[in-house]
Amino acid sequence: MMTITRVRAGLVSCRRRIAFLMLLAPLLWSAPAQAILSIEITQGADVGIPIAIVPFAWQGQGKPPQDLAEIISNDLVRSGRFISIPRKDFVSFPKSEQEVVYKDWRVIKAEALVIGTITPAGPGRFDVQFRLFDVFKQAQLAGLRYTVSASLLRTVAHQIADVVYEKLTGEPGAFNTRIAYVTREAANPKAAAVYRLQIADSDGHNPRTVVRSPEPLLSPAWSPDGKRIAYVSFEDKRSKVYIQNLADGRRELIAEFAGINSAPAWSPDGRRLALALSRDGNAEIYVLDLQTRRLQRLTSDPAIDTEPSWSPDGRYIVFTSDRAGRPQIYRMTADGRQTERLTFEGEYNARASYSPDGRMLTLVSAQQGRFRVATLQLDSGALQVLTDTALDESPTFAPNGRIILYATEVRGRGVLASVSSDGRVRQLYRLEEGDVREPAWSPYNRELQY
Amino acid sequence: MQRKLGLGVLLLAAVWLAGCATGTTTQAPVEDRSTAAPAETAPDGGQPDMGPQALPQDDGVPSGALPGTVPDADLLAKRRVHFAFDSSALDEENRRIVEAHARYLVANPTLTVTLEGHCDERGTREYNLALGERRAQSVERVMRVLGVSANRIRLVSYGEEKPLAPEHNESAWALNRRVEIVYK
Repeated sequence: MMTITRVRAGLVSCRRRIAFLMLLAPLLWSAPAQAILSIEITQGADVGIPIAIVPFAWQGQGKPPQDLAEIISNDLVRSGRFISIPRKDFVSFPKSEQEVVYKDWRVIKAEALVIGTITPAGPGRFDVQFRLFDVFKQAQLAGLRYTVSASLLRTVAHQIADVVYEKLTGEPGAFNTRIAYVTREAANPKAAAVYRLQIADSDGHNPRTVVRSPEPLLSPAWSPDGKRIAYVSFEDKRSKVYIQNLADGRRELIAEFAGINSAPAWSPDGRRLALALSRDGNAEIYVLDLQTRRLQRLTSDPAIDTEPSWSPDGRYIVFTSDRAGRPQIYRMTADGRQTERLTFEGEYNARASYSPDGRMLTLVSAQQGRFRVATLQLDSGALQVLTDTALDESPTFAPNGRIILYATEVRGRGVLASVSSDGRVRQLYRLEEGDVREPAWSPYNRELQY
Repeated sequence: MQRKLGLGVLLLAAVWLAGCATGTTTQAPVEDRSTAAPAETAPDGGQPDMGPQALPQDDGVPSGALPGTVPDADLLAKRRVHFAFDSSALDEENRRIVEAHARYLVANPTLTVTLEGHCDERGTREYNLALGERRAQSVERVMRVLGVSANRIRLVSYGEEKPLAPEHNESAWALNRRVEIVYK
């Protein structure tokens, strides 16, 4: 069953509030540098493509502005699909293709070689060139040139890592992407806390605060174009859903109905937002058309229905429901007309989201009271638990589907962790102080930022 | 004593925070034994530095309960009810607490109440937001049955976002799965 309601009254007050909030936005929109997430590889791959990344030759005065080779190497190693040969083993340090002697790289068992240069190109700007070689075929696989301002040098390094990854694995890389997460800091357990919704590069660098609040923030969700984030804020002492523009910090109040306003999920076309609202008595899934403000109710069940997530083709929405007694994952058609249960193993399955190829879900699955990240293959129904922690939450796929980032607890602290979707490579992302939680991996950065 | 002082501070902070939410000064209407502790003094031997003062006994009045104590005082002193994991069902003991508050609300028709639903950290945040609301609704239902009108009850769910105890163990989780009954 579905009901369609037009929320006229809500619209007017919404507009007024938006105007007011736009005035407030500069207060909330702050960009002071925050503590950087440190990333530690807790389980590495023992196999991978051996690659040699020569330090980029610096053609200017003094020290080079960034060690691009190191950023590229760290990215590739973190993927678990590469082994970066240490610089101390290099026999030569070629700056140009003429200086490449393939034998030097065969003796140290490198299968691929990256070389590059970085040259001043006017005030605060740099010219970066790189080339990727196949050592055995003795052939250049890629060669690109970028001219950018200093602030984008890390971005260029991530783009180069993406090119290398794609040329050598045949799959797109996801290094030039961002992650959103929520931090909570308090001087002590009883002291007032500060919550921040942050975005950072996929390697934790360049953190930026999107919104700061003395009350909890949760459920960040990237718009498919990567330009906006929807989230839940308790700043008014109850849950409300906002959408914030990342470029200028302006934001819009999206849902402040009676009851809970939660779990925003963008449709793949970016025009609609699925939400879990209890305005009609208990938590149900709704879809809000962001243009017309038409609100469509998709579920109708006295149980809890929440945590919607769209399939990449937009045809389905998976969600969590305890209609059978315990939380399990269900899938309905995007019009809400047909629903089927997807999980049967385990006492608690929740917060599912689709892999970018639409073939599997990642979710939180509990057995014997341990809440762990799992994947569910949609064709076979096979559930695979990927972690061995006990308080995992909020798993999110990298846009290339190879890594799942999630929140967990290690020695009493909230941390982020990632696991490759085959379970082989694991990493921990932590802050020096405070808790970090609620990760959301951005979609691909489709625009080249120069 | 230390613990009671801590509780007192916590309760005062809760009242103060509740005041923030509405912009009005609020006075908790019920007796709370955790802060009332009449005979106790501060660790330095002076007067207790917070909580209500003990009532002085008038000469000639025999010792015993003073007139004016509200019925159900013991139950009303409890302003939290607790739940099992992933459950919104009130057991007998917790139901009696809610019923006492319902009778108190019926007897004091100018009071309103906020029911704040909370969960432990296990499970997912959005599901817990809905579960916290369901817990608050289960307390509301008992109050409604006993005659408290809907417009005097406000519900809010914080899910797992505001634990009372920050630890990650069974006893913290048991404490954190709760509905707080907050008078305005």
